[in-house]
Amino acid sequence: MSLLTVKELTKSYQSGKVAVDYLSFTLNKGECLGLVGESGCGKSTLARCLLRIEPINSGSIYFNNEPIESLNGRQLYSYRKKLQIVFQNPLAALNPKLKIKDSLVDPYLEYAKELNLSYFSFTSKAAFVKQLLEAVELPSSLADRYPHEISGGQQQRVTIARAISIEPELIVLDEPTASLDVISQRAVLTLLTELRETLNLSYLFISHDLAAVNQMCQRILVMKEGHLIDEFNRRDLFDNERHAYTKELISIY
Amino acid sequence: MSGLSLHLQKLKKFSWSGIAALICLIFILFVVLYTFFHLQHDPNLTNLDERLQGMSLQHPLGTDQLGRDVLTRLLLGAQQTIGYSLLALLAALIIGVPFGLISGYKRGLVDRVFMRIADGFLAFPDTIIAIVLSGLLGPGIGNLVLAIIMVKWVSYARLVRSTVLAESQKEYVLVARTNGLSPIKIIRKHLFPHIIGHVLVLASLDFGKIILLISAFSYIGLGVQPPTPEWGAMLNESRPYFQTRPELMIYSGLAIVVVVLLTNMLGDYLRDHFDVKKEVEQ
Repeated sequence: MSLLTVKELTKSYQSGKVAVDYLSFTLNKGECLGLVGESGCGKSTLARCLLRIEPINSGSIYFNNEPIESLNGRQLYSYRKKLQIVFQNPLAALNPKLKIKDSLVDPYLEYAKELNLSYFSFTSKAAFVKQLLEAVELPSSLADRYPHEISGGQQQRVTIARAISIEPELIVLDEPTASLDVISQRAVLTLLTELRETLNLSYLFISHDLAAVNQMCQRILVMKEGHLIDEFNRRDLFDNERHAYTKELISIY
Repeated sequence: MSGLSLHLQKLKKFSWSGIAALICLIFILFVVLYTFFHLQHDPNLTNLDERLQGMSLQHPLGTDQLGRDVLTRLLLGAQQTIGYSLLALLAALIIGVPFGLISGYKRGLVDRVFMRIADGFLAFPDTIIAIVLSGLLGPGIGNLVLAIIMVKWVSYARLVRSTVLAESQKEYVLVARTNGLSPIKIIRKHLFPHIIGHVLVLASLDFGKIILLISAFSYIGLGVQPPTPEWGAMLNESRPYFQTRPELMIYSGLAIVVVVLLTNMLGDYLRDHFDVKKEVEQ
């Protein structure tokens, strides 16, 4: 069953550069879909278009079979409470002047009235924050720290905790491990896989790291210069039918 | 726990002068308010029989050239000087901060229009505006405060705008936006903590400057009008007696110096206090 369907999405910037060109794909419920490509191929732009923080030129986006590309303002509200994003640089994604606990409860407080959490439960702010930190394997003592007082891996876990706090259906992971060292990368990837199973999430995993994508995802898309050039199941990664560019990516690893 | 120890460390490190300045300022305000409610002498009652007297039990700091009690006038003068400075500062904040917030958050046309208006105000030096306004509307403290507000609000608007402009580009604001927070909530929760520090520091440093401005303009007769006691005006009134009774000028001059110094110390303290990052580096 499809959760997110993108049809013929096109996005170009004012300078005339086409970042995403006529892109179509489907993301099924409960799956982790990988999106691989080199820097500047339009991966992050696609993520921003899906979040509806960048206007799109043409095409359509369906979420749970409802078109969301023309919604605005309040109409987006019910869509956004089912979608979260984790960015590449966790330090930029956390307000340096707010304590971890205050950053964590942001999405929940906004959607509290319409949410019906099954895994977490909100009894008090402190208890909720503790639950969230435990879910991402962080000590609850971090709640009173500022973002710059904890390590990069911990920061990224906090942004993941924030993303899962409202139990969304889809999380867009925009290169979530790119700014971490190898050991933290692996730990974060393992955590993400576990969370997907416990919380019944779907991921759109955007990365330039084919190894990570191969570890995480069931299906993989390959993007180059705004075009979708290859789409395959993980087990077909080393298949002979793969696009020349995919083979080139494989040969690098 | 570590948060607590960090806090203690910070207190030990650099807060004593700031705390002292704050306590002194509060003490001064308290004394000034006390004087207002428990007047021993009429500050404006002239008594030429007792003019230019030295220190005595009845007049702790003596009397001035018209036989008025200097201590009473000094303390009530603080009310005028500090009170009107605060008024000007608050009004400048109330105009400047929202202006900067809207301008920085909305960007585009709104930003350009707001900032050109601000530039227009910035083109006039405060002295010129004060003189022109008192020329047009007559000398008086109201017009002086108006002139100060017209000059000072611009710097707050620009400061707030530049902070908001830089911060609202960052990803955490983007995340907050995708989480459905309204612009007002984003400004209040995410941007305000970034602004408040800068604004308080600038405000406490500006406070000293405004006190000096009001005293200076009262000294040349464009501010508070006699017989109302005001430190700058008192300096001017006691100028002819500088050689026979220099302490008359020293009292009010010293009062200005002390208050300006204290506000500057407070400003330095606030600057350190709101710098969260510096805390950790130590």
